[in-house]
Amino acid sequence: MSDAVSDPSRSETLTTADGKPLKAALARAQARNRRRAFYLVLPLLLFVVVTFLIPIGQMLSMSVNNPAFYSWKDRDTGEKVPLMVDLRAWFDENPVGTEPDEAAYAALAAGLAHARETKSIGQIGTRINYEVSGTRSMFTKSARRAEKLEPPFKEALLDIDEDWADPRLWSAMRNASKSFTVDFYLAALDYTRDADGNVVKVEEERAVYILLFKRTLVLSAFITLLTLVLGFPIAHLLATLPLRHSNLLMIFVLLPFWTSLLVRTTSWIVLLQSQGVINDVWVATGLIGDENRLQMIYNQTGTVIAMTHILLPFMVLPLYSVMRPIDPSYVRAARSLGATSWTAFRRVYLPQTVPGIGAGGLLVFILAVGYYITPALVGGSSGQLISNLIAFHMQKSLNWSLAAALASLLLAGVLLLYWLYDRLVGIDNLKLG
Amino acid sequence: MALQSYASPLEKIWHYTYLVICALIFLFLIAPILIVIPLSFNAEPYFTFTEKMLALDPTGYSTRWYDMLLTFGMTNPDAPRDSSWWADTWANAAWINAAKNSVIIGFFSTILATVLGTVAALGLSRPEMPFRRSIMAILISPMIVPIIITATGLFFFYSATGLANTYLGIVMAHATLGIPFVIITVTATLVGFDHSLTRASASLGADPTTTFFKITMPLILPGVISGALFAFVTSFDEVVVVLFVAAHDQQTIPRQMWNGIREQISPAILSVATILVIVSIALLTTVELLRRRSEKLRGVSPG
Amino acid sequence: MKKTLILTTALAGFAMSAAAQEISVMSWGGAYGKSQIEAYHKPFTEKTGIKVISVDADNPATPIKAQVEAGNVTIDVADVEYADAVRLCDEGLLEEIDPAILPDGADGTPAMDDFLPGAVTDCLVTTIVFSTIFAYDSTKFADTPPTSISDFFDLEAFPGKRGLRKGAKANLEMALMADGVAPEEVYEMLETDEGVDRAFAKLDTIKDSVVWWEAGAQPPQLLADGEVSMTTAYNGRIFNAAVGEGQPFVTVFDGQVYEYDGYVIPKGAPNLEAALDFLVFSTETEQLAEQAKWISYGPARKSSGPLVGLYQDGKTEMGPHMPTAAENLKKALPSDFEFWADRDTELNERFNAWLAG
Repeated sequence: MSDAVSDPSRSETLTTADGKPLKAALARAQARNRRRAFYLVLPLLLFVVVTFLIPIGQMLSMSVNNPAFYSWKDRDTGEKVPLMVDLRAWFDENPVGTEPDEAAYAALAAGLAHARETKSIGQIGTRINYEVSGTRSMFTKSARRAEKLEPPFKEALLDIDEDWADPRLWSAMRNASKSFTVDFYLAALDYTRDADGNVVKVEEERAVYILLFKRTLVLSAFITLLTLVLGFPIAHLLATLPLRHSNLLMIFVLLPFWTSLLVRTTSWIVLLQSQGVINDVWVATGLIGDENRLQMIYNQTGTVIAMTHILLPFMVLPLYSVMRPIDPSYVRAARSLGATSWTAFRRVYLPQTVPGIGAGGLLVFILAVGYYITPALVGGSSGQLISNLIAFHMQKSLNWSLAAALASLLLAGVLLLYWLYDRLVGIDNLKLG
Repeated sequence: MALQSYASPLEKIWHYTYLVICALIFLFLIAPILIVIPLSFNAEPYFTFTEKMLALDPTGYSTRWYDMLLTFGMTNPDAPRDSSWWADTWANAAWINAAKNSVIIGFFSTILATVLGTVAALGLSRPEMPFRRSIMAILISPMIVPIIITATGLFFFYSATGLANTYLGIVMAHATLGIPFVIITVTATLVGFDHSLTRASASLGADPTTTFFKITMPLILPGVISGALFAFVTSFDEVVVVLFVAAHDQQTIPRQMWNGIREQISPAILSVATILVIVSIALLTTVELLRRRSEKLRGVSPG
Repeated sequence: MKKTLILTTALAGFAMSAAAQEISVMSWGGAYGKSQIEAYHKPFTEKTGIKVISVDADNPATPIKAQVEAGNVTIDVADVEYADAVRLCDEGLLEEIDPAILPDGADGTPAMDDFLPGAVTDCLVTTIVFSTIFAYDSTKFADTPPTSISDFFDLEAFPGKRGLRKGAKANLEMALMADGVAPEEVYEMLETDEGVDRAFAKLDTIKDSVVWWEAGAQPPQLLADGEVSMTTAYNGRIFNAAVGEGQPFVTVFDGQVYEYDGYVIPKGAPNLEAALDFLVFSTETEQLAEQAKWISYGPARKSSGPLVGLYQDGKTEMGPHMPTAAENLKKALPSDFEFWADRDTELNERFNAWLAG
């Protein structure tokens, strides 16, 4: 709508038949249409907010907030009981680095006795054990005797275990008293805090997360490359064959796409295990001896092969949809102008497929970094990805805040790639089959 | 991809090499899926071809693993196979129960995803839709966000709200995962949709409901059905969310397979795999037929 | 519409069956799970009419903890290792069990004297003594079979892949014993950083040849499939594969690590009363003895001992296959539950880093 129309000082205001200004009427109609369109989407949007965005948001909050040290939910009554009240008050009154005095130890002893009473001591010990390992038993054993302790408490506690004087422990307790902590993110990046609360790298033999993040990225990139190398020729073939033939060959790509992930993973176990089909064939043909069967599964090789197979259709389909409309006359023109077939391919055909390579590559990479099932089943120990570690902390070690922190980091990475994908390819262009 | 008449000998060699490479890649794609079919009829508990199988000796083949799908978990598998035996199978066999759960969860999550997704796709493909791109990005994100993250979030959320270990919880989660597929397929169908048809219908006196069911729906139906099939397959194949939020009596087929693969991968797993491959072939065929029908309806020639 | 109706009815049907009188018991699956079904679940259902649903887990302690912490408990009774029971009990995640409800032994011994020392704690009633041993495929080592834990780590004299449980527990102890540490000094050594380093260094020597297992049912399967030639395992699983299924597996008790294992009730179990009934019933003299006829784990009551005779095949004497048989205890280590209750997190963290590196 131009300024000329909307500026009443310069021209007569246009009106609708019933005398209302046209602009307002149009705007109203526009707004009504917008509302209508929005109402259609609203139910789904609400549904996704409830079943997806809120749960993920809750998980994010879990990664920065772990109340195990200062709050206990009574399992019989469901009530929330504050823990370590006196000690937290002491932390509030005394700045970081204050040498813990008798008052601090008295508060600690009271807290321990109370924790023993409420049976929350295990939770407290586990929480501190995340930061300073090997301290869990100090809490449980001291709590058992806390009720009978007599002042001076400092001496009494140190009598039970002299490690109570460890400044790292006090620093950890202070941190655990806060309702907001980034410590789990530090742990997820292989950092920890020393006695003065400074961020330092963890000892080398305990560092594992950075390594796994790196491995996840490298393996995903490698798998993406493999799917491109394998996907490009067949996408090209499918795109250049007459539709009658290519539709038939397309089944080879679509059938894996529609087949259960677990079926495909099972197949690879059957094929690759050391008593499996491939090794049997090699032994039968005398290619390798029966003693030297190759270990192709339960390691990185297994993960790479199975994931490449599973993700290949996600590369072929976008490539195909970009290659199909490419006019073959461009390449023919290049040839007739004297280009060799290689030059014509490289200079004329390839550049036109770049959008497909980008779309397929990003999609495969995004899916690969978050893979869980296949590495868990065929990855052994060296083929595990970061997702498997998240599952480990969710289901085995039960350090849920750390699992949430790792998940949030992975999520941030994926969302960045997703944003990139939307910028470069556009979500609307995502096609299936 | 025909070879041009002016191709040099070198190019000819390359052309045939290229075709061989493509054939090998197609083999890589399809062989692992087909290999499980003959192996599932192995008479021995191995995952490889026995000599008898290679010699096509009928005694090398058997359907014992398919039988095991029926008997595993039964209270009295060795009883004579009368009606009470079948009742026992129906009530207690682990794989049968898993199949029941998979179908129930798949059915309801598909309905939920398809209804919500189709209505939303109608809104999203209107040009007036505000914040179209961002909303689309949110609705597609369950497909992009790693499933382990979704499952982790749902575990906490469901535990806090009492949805854990309920069918409703799993159905809602699977519907969320299926929605992106419905949105994508239905919006793709709506791209070529001729809006003058609905205007014509309106001008002829039809109310919006009539227009929707008489005009719009038949035209987008193929897209809706293939979206629904995608949503169904997503639920039918999903294991991580089930691992995290389902109760032990809500085992689905993939969950049962997951157990089987990790503990003792007997050829019974391969017989399940074979059945699933056949199911996916059937689904693929349906989707293909629908796609062609949709193209015909929309006047896009398949060439 | 009709279809929807049918399915809705089906759904309702499922909900109904869940409300009927039944309890869920979580255990370790496989041959061990079967022994419990035969010795405990079936007789219990027969006696009380309460249906027992068996649920399998790699290690029930973790799902139990997750369920109680998250506040959605579906399991009534769980079978856990002693160290885990102590830890979970400390954390208030288990129901306390009054030992007075346990009946006296069949021979009249008072319950608390009848159970092995320490076998009944605030939250746990022990059912079995089990052991982590190593076993090998005798067809692979026909001439010179391995006899000691050091042989397990000797890839040159005994080539082939090894199976190990994916976790620190028992692996570190066995590594130290293989490295020449006497059983009684193992935990003392593991308390120190040097000791832990030494254990990992020993594990390093076979790391590249290891296939890791998680569920107790996996090791016999790995041996049967020829994926490994030697593996650590729970002794009862190997016994069942060897004696029950006739597999050519041989158990080596040298360097074994044995431990109690028993039943606990998670806090907030949906059917607490039935769960207690089940627990009491299962830990009676007869039932414990009955279980030992199905798998070679030692019963936790002394009064059960004399009742254990032959394996269910009717000819194999169970005695020599028990981890507690004198012959098998020559170089054996009782697992230190206090050590593991304290160090589990720390050492598993280190183990994971080691595994990934």
